[in-house]
Amino acid sequence: MEFETIVFYALAVATVIPAFGVMMAKDIVRVAFWLLASLSGVAGLFIMLDADFLGVTQVLVYIGGILVLILFGIMMTHRDPVLVSADDDRRRSPFTGLLVSLMTFGALMGVILGTGWNVSGGLANGKLSGEPTAAPLGKALLTDYVLPFEIVSVLLLVVLCGAAYIARRGKDEEASNA
Amino acid sequence: MGDFFTLVDWAVEDAGFWGRLIGVVAVWAVPITVWVSVVGLFSIWLERKVSAHIQCRLGPMEVGPHGALQTLADGIKLLAKEDIIPQGADRFLFALAPILSFVGSFVVFAVVPFGPHLIIADLNLGIYFLAAIGSIEAIGVIAAGWASNNKWSVFGAVRAATQVVSYEIPLSLSLVTIACLAGTLSTIGIVESQAGWIWNWFLFRNPFMVISFLIFYIASLAECKRAPFDLPEAESELVSGFHTEYSGMRFAIFFLAEYAAMYVVSAMGAVLFLGGWYTGIEPLDSWLTTSPVLGNVVGALAIITKAFFLVFVQMWLRWTLPRIRLDQMMYLCFKVLVPVGMVVFMAAAFWQGVFGAPDLGGLGSKFGLAWFVVVVVGTTLWVKKTIRRTKGYASANFLEHQARLGHDVGVS
Amino acid sequence: MNEHTGIAVALVLAGVIAGGMVWLASILGKKNPTPGKLAPFECGNEPIALPTGRLAIKFYMTAILFILFDVELVFLYPWAVLYRDLGVLGLTEMFIFLGVLLVGFVYAWDNGALEWK
Repeated sequence: MEFETIVFYALAVATVIPAFGVMMAKDIVRVAFWLLASLSGVAGLFIMLDADFLGVTQVLVYIGGILVLILFGIMMTHRDPVLVSADDDRRRSPFTGLLVSLMTFGALMGVILGTGWNVSGGLANGKLSGEPTAAPLGKALLTDYVLPFEIVSVLLLVVLCGAAYIARRGKDEEASNA
Repeated sequence: MGDFFTLVDWAVEDAGFWGRLIGVVAVWAVPITVWVSVVGLFSIWLERKVSAHIQCRLGPMEVGPHGALQTLADGIKLLAKEDIIPQGADRFLFALAPILSFVGSFVVFAVVPFGPHLIIADLNLGIYFLAAIGSIEAIGVIAAGWASNNKWSVFGAVRAATQVVSYEIPLSLSLVTIACLAGTLSTIGIVESQAGWIWNWFLFRNPFMVISFLIFYIASLAECKRAPFDLPEAESELVSGFHTEYSGMRFAIFFLAEYAAMYVVSAMGAVLFLGGWYTGIEPLDSWLTTSPVLGNVVGALAIITKAFFLVFVQMWLRWTLPRIRLDQMMYLCFKVLVPVGMVVFMAAAFWQGVFGAPDLGGLGSKFGLAWFVVVVVGTTLWVKKTIRRTKGYASANFLEHQARLGHDVGVS
Repeated sequence: MNEHTGIAVALVLAGVIAGGMVWLASILGKKNPTPGKLAPFECGNEPIALPTGRLAIKFYMTAILFILFDVELVFLYPWAVLYRDLGVLGLTEMFIFLGVLLVGFVYAWDNGALEWK
């Protein structure tokens, strides 16, 4: 077997099994760490697809940012942070879960089937090209997709304003309580 | 890649999966492992000596010449220590945490070039990778704190994670500034665009880079949780922060990871701002490039010297400055370093656009020398003034202190 | 691909070294656990449980701010690589991008989102 193929299957396993762990784990903190493994596997898969910039971005934003956010969120809302497991709350209906997952599945399949995959590059011919991807990405962003690029800054602006709003509300409440 | 990795290239192309693996391990992995261990042990020894001499002590003197083997002895001792996992701890996460932390600082070594050919992985995204991998350590620290079943650990871990993620922003801002000047993210490429005389180094490239370097240095101190940013392990308030419950080898791994991280950020500082493996003397450098072996050896010496100088400054700061408060830490990050970093980034980009880069010709090349002289003269004057101002005070204080000690001993 | 192999080897190696050292220590070290030794450290007192929901929201806010700036920086990296080729056009585009963000930054500052209280 090709070296790349072995690595691909290893990464696929390293992505899917932790994903099951995310579903099955009872301790919510463990869930976050299963997510860490799964996200790392996805980063590896991106790199295998010759999309190294995306792979590193996955580590930077999802593992470094979103996962820390999730962990802080867990610590903020947890009743008893150390010895809790989630099995005391069984009132949620499995039907809702099924509905949500079916909808997600449908949406994902729609996107996957609707995309024209570029099967000429990457693993399709067994080898990685190792071409740098940062510069072409930048070129695309600043020429063909310059409007979305600038709109991203507006989106980030909205998020900043939202954060400022939450911060202000927290302070106002504090002031009215005091 | 060139001559040094001929062996690897041969293994990779012709030897199949296992041959390839063995080649990679033999040529890349073994030297880097030895190097990380040596750097870790040496840095720990250096810290003990530096702190001792700053406090008018001698530090370790017994094991080996000037105590040079003390850290090794300590490591062997730690191997024989009991492996304690506190009651109620999450055993899996408790075991995982030091490993995550160690992986986070070890992997960065892969993108640090020690010479024109001495690099494990010359990634196209070298410094972007550096920015991304720093965050893994935050996860390791949270895991440690959470799994310990101890409130000091949790507080320390939350502080550490907040600090590490916050200071990633100014750090990334100075990395982007460098990328903008170099036109590449590869660490090899960044060093190569600093070739030539010393004023071609990015530190002197334009008036704003000195500020950018300071931002990088402060942010990297915070990333390593070094004083004055050691609030995550503040002994006087949090016992020992996130590694309160760690002992024996598990603690040693956190410790080694911290010192390896200190060294690796300093080496990155040398690569990004201080010309990497170049000596800064143009004729010498161009002569060295003609001989691959000599070039790599002298280059490695140059970058190691620069890196250990920066490590020494880190230690000097630790034993000089008091710890800052949590709110001061956040203030410094979001209200000082981030806005200043953004302005510096825009100004440096603008400067580059107007005056051009030295390697592309243009006014920038003439500017470098003048700015270099200004920086060197300014720093010298400032240091002289500081020494003059503090010298009398320090020695007077010291004499008074000695006198008081002598007096006390005499009475009792 | 060679480069990525190097990173992968370094990753595995770091895990093996750290794991191996812990394993070695757990074999070599003596085993003598006592209840006092295993109790979480609490300055000599009886350990008491952590208070519930004690993590202040400000830590969460910091993480949100971090992700925000992080995403912004993700866009800066490809731009920085290309800057030399793009010239004035690239500079203008990036100044607009950063200018919009600067407005948000000033607004957040003014509203106290960056305060640590």
